[in-house]
Amino acid sequence: MDLTILAQTVASGLLIGLVFSLLAVGLTLIFGVMDIVNFAHGEFLMLAMYVTYWLWVLWGMDPLFSLPISALVMFILGALTYLLVIRYVLDAPMLAQIFSTFGLMIFLRFLAQVLWTEDYRRIRGSLLEGRIEIAGVFLGRPEVAAALGGIITTAILYWFLKGTRLGWALEATAEDRTVAALMGINTEWMFTLAWGIGSACAGIAGTLLATFYPIFPEAGAVFVLVTYVAVALGGFGNITGAFVGGILIGLLQVVGGFLWEPRFKDVLVYGVYLLVVLVRPQGLLGRR
Amino acid sequence: MQSVSRQGQEPRSGPWWTRRWVQWGGGILLLIFLLLFPYLFPRPFLRRMAILVLLWSLLGLAWNIIGGYGGQVSLGHAVFFGLGAYTSSILLERWQVSPWLGMLAGAAVAAIAALLIGWPTFRLQGHYFAIATIAAGEIFAILFRNWEWAGGAVGIYLPLIRGDQLVNFQFHETKVPYYYIVLVMALLAVAVTYALERSRAGYYLRALRADQDAARSLGVPITRYKLIAMVISAVLTAIGGTFYAQFVLYISPNTVFALMLSVQMCLVAVLGGLGTIAGPIIGAMVLIPMAEYTRVFLGGRGGGLHLVVYGLLIVIISVFQPAGLVGLLRRRTRPTPPPAMPTPAEEGIA
Repeated sequence: MDLTILAQTVASGLLIGLVFSLLAVGLTLIFGVMDIVNFAHGEFLMLAMYVTYWLWVLWGMDPLFSLPISALVMFILGALTYLLVIRYVLDAPMLAQIFSTFGLMIFLRFLAQVLWTEDYRRIRGSLLEGRIEIAGVFLGRPEVAAALGGIITTAILYWFLKGTRLGWALEATAEDRTVAALMGINTEWMFTLAWGIGSACAGIAGTLLATFYPIFPEAGAVFVLVTYVAVALGGFGNITGAFVGGILIGLLQVVGGFLWEPRFKDVLVYGVYLLVVLVRPQGLLGRR
Repeated sequence: MQSVSRQGQEPRSGPWWTRRWVQWGGGILLLIFLLLFPYLFPRPFLRRMAILVLLWSLLGLAWNIIGGYGGQVSLGHAVFFGLGAYTSSILLERWQVSPWLGMLAGAAVAAIAALLIGWPTFRLQGHYFAIATIAAGEIFAILFRNWEWAGGAVGIYLPLIRGDQLVNFQFHETKVPYYYIVLVMALLAVAVTYALERSRAGYYLRALRADQDAARSLGVPITRYKLIAMVISAVLTAIGGTFYAQFVLYISPNTVFALMLSVQMCLVAVLGGLGTIAGPIIGAMVLIPMAEYTRVFLGGRGGGLHLVVYGLLIVIISVFQPAGLVGLLRRRTRPTPPPAMPTPAEEGIA
């Protein structure tokens, strides 16, 4: 009995952790290539949730099919963010970079509030609805789908970075943008690509979350703060680290909340993060 | 190393506004203007705005000590603001302690918190430090939201005390006393910053901001001076927190421990110009009226349109003027713009 509950808790932690992983991977990809933290990442997630919602309400398109569309929309939005804003602060002080994306966060969040009010919206009756049972453990199908989506997207991204020439070019730019440019890589295009892909990760995560999580203007804020912790926990710019960090955060939240008090789950997340960086200031898998 | 040049010498050349007597004269004129302000502009809206500008100058100056001079980008300063507000409010509500004593107690609590947060996190650099301070801030926000004894998520309504006496730190007939109180607090922050700029600690801070490893190898005790700066900054921020609680007479975790609060403290300093005395004041004078006016003109329907504009303005400013508004002034004093972050304070414009 108790064991089942624990298994249930660990499973849910793992599932939501994989969504954090996907978010964290997108964030850390952007950071790795140009040392900028995108504070608007959560708002991209939130916008993707709304894209999914409106496609569902207006055209009856199931989230399963709107997934590529919202990924594409967020890719374009991310690329535009680079081209219109980030390009101009690449060599600016860190604080100017922080505020450029922070301003964007405020802009997008309250734009969503003005356009669509603060009401909670939900998608009901999608193809994914329902739940499955594995050895006495019940799992929501949307959560399982979201976790699978997280794994598959991260795997594809990993393959892209390690196995294709374009991916190598991206990694080379992350390593040293001056040398990469000397080697004939169009770094400007690489930066745009990194922002596009990173934001598309948030887009995919947003659509997957929209199937089981309420949609509202501050939805991004709920997820993104702990995602920063996941990224820093894994080591800024480290894809594997972000993936592991995301899973750890999810487990900490759900299992910790279950063993202690659900309302203090995030205290645990932030506390563990502070403890880890006390021992390893560069994060779990980060390089100095 | 040109970054730590001698302070206090009369600049031989340069535009007229860099001359010492011009700066002192301007400062005195500004002070007279500030002293007369409530009588020159008696409209309540402007008075409230002036109070907010001074409060944010105080907070910006406080943040500037660790963030601007020390170069440690803290995004968790709401912790100190909230502790200041909560300490004095709880003491007043539970035990009828005067808010003035509560303010001192709040400053002490914030100083301890600064040591507790600073000691582990000052080993971190750059984004790791920023994220760690966000994490610390969120921990406090969650704890206070769930601490029923301290009002929980609802917060604390401060007991109203009629009579408008200075000792009660509450004024209902007119808001003018608030203005002068916060003016004194802001001047205190200016004085502290001025003294710090000329002290050994000030030079150490600027040295470790310019190059931490170089400063350490020259024998600067890095962590100790970061902690000193953090404590001074936290104490000033906590004083601002107590003032806010007494001015608004209602506090809650979502208002005094908010991440947005930490960010705005930082923003005020960055907008004006980091590591200068004038910077945070100019930043507050620009940012707060901007926020208030957009709120009045666009926020009436409660839609948050003013925050859309606010966010957009932040993006535009950081793209076009990453060195802050003081940088605008400085750009005209030199043929080539200096690097924005490393050495703003040493040029004698402050």
